[in-house]
Amino acid sequence: MLGPLEIHQPATAAEAAELRARLGDDAAIYAGGSELLLAMKEGLGRWRHLIDVKTVGELHDLREDGGALAIGAAVTHRRLERSPLVGARWPLLRETEAQVANVRVRAVGTLGGNLCFGEPHSDPPTALLVLDARVVLRGPRAERALPLAAFLVGSYETALGGDEVLVRVEVPEPPAGAVGAYLKFGFHERPTVGVAALVVPAGHLVREARLAVGCLGPTPARLPRLEARLAGAALAELERGVDCRDGGFAELDVVSDLHGSAEYKREVAAVLAGRALSACAARARRAA
Amino acid sequence: MTTVRAPGFVLETTVNGAPVRVPIDPGELLLDVLRERLGLRGTKRSCEVQVCGACTVLLDEVPVSACTLLAYEARGRRVETIEGLAREGRLHPVQQAFLDASAFQCGYCTPGMVLAVKALLEERPDASTDEAKTWLRGNICRCTGYASILDAVATARRFMDGRAATAG
Repeated sequence: MLGPLEIHQPATAAEAAELRARLGDDAAIYAGGSELLLAMKEGLGRWRHLIDVKTVGELHDLREDGGALAIGAAVTHRRLERSPLVGARWPLLRETEAQVANVRVRAVGTLGGNLCFGEPHSDPPTALLVLDARVVLRGPRAERALPLAAFLVGSYETALGGDEVLVRVEVPEPPAGAVGAYLKFGFHERPTVGVAALVVPAGHLVREARLAVGCLGPTPARLPRLEARLAGAALAELERGVDCRDGGFAELDVVSDLHGSAEYKREVAAVLAGRALSACAARARRAA
Repeated sequence: MTTVRAPGFVLETTVNGAPVRVPIDPGELLLDVLRERLGLRGTKRSCEVQVCGACTVLLDEVPVSACTLLAYEARGRRVETIEGLAREGRLHPVQQAFLDASAFQCGYCTPGMVLAVKALLEERPDASTDEAKTWLRGNICRCTGYASILDAVATARRFMDGRAATAG
């Protein structure tokens, strides 16, 4: 047993934020529990109160809103994986969500919980970074929005205030014709390295390329130097495979961990980046 | 806003088709409630971190890890464990398929495997072997090996097709 516990069931995000402000460090936000309950079982955290944000209706919304996908914080990975809307218009997100952990974790784990936990070895944040996602946080008085990159501060660390709750994630629709790919590699349940790529073609050339790499360091990161180099490249060249090893991995904050040395993880990331770009180019050619 | 706490919190749920009312602390895990309070020991405790799948049960027909789920989440929902599959002395087609394919050795992972396969074939009756492999990524077997388990999936798919045809 993890208790004794009291579980609070707020009806609104504002109520959840007020509870956080009132209960302070004695309370944790609880959604799917796939991260939180593990931490509690391992004794890494102990809370007397859980604030079950799944009782907040708007946190289950999943809809298009003004050209962006609005994902309520309590929407599960499984819903994102199976949503026809996500599959049709945000296929990179669908492809990533389908690769999260296993079917049981996806059934209960939520996107909001995943982001708020700040686990460095995670899949969705990497894809959301190339999709230019932002998060909307609700405090006791008002909402504020932050780019995802500003929300993810460090290892298990986010910009979420002590009196705030994550309400939704907003994902702009990618530019017309954009093709994406998410590739991961790992021997453990969590990914060793994950790479997301998004390529916007213009004829047989690359108009814009976006790349993000996850799990190397405390937070996922975009690769602006490589992105700039790829603009204007031929799709055929991408499909054959570009060498990404000098793509800016040396400048990233890379951590040696259970999954491998920093040197090894950089090398895997460069290989996956090349393959992800190749997959995008192949998909773009088939779509043309 | 409501707060649930012990004493006073009574979990009302459905387990293997039967209504269940059991007073619990909201901090109790579903695995403990099933095994210790309801005596359903077919659901196994193993990795405790949602990796191995030995504790797989179905919650509203979807596989979940009973080891990392508060029993509180089962309120008003349907839980299915391995004990609920056989009907009137007849094994469920997935159970029969595991027997026919000799898809177990020590059997510790089998309840979770069977429930995961049942959920897969109910969601996607024509699931390919590749889809089955992906679906079962979260169910680990350390002795039989996976080939016979995938054989069992193929056998179960035929059994369940046949059952649907008979029912139709």
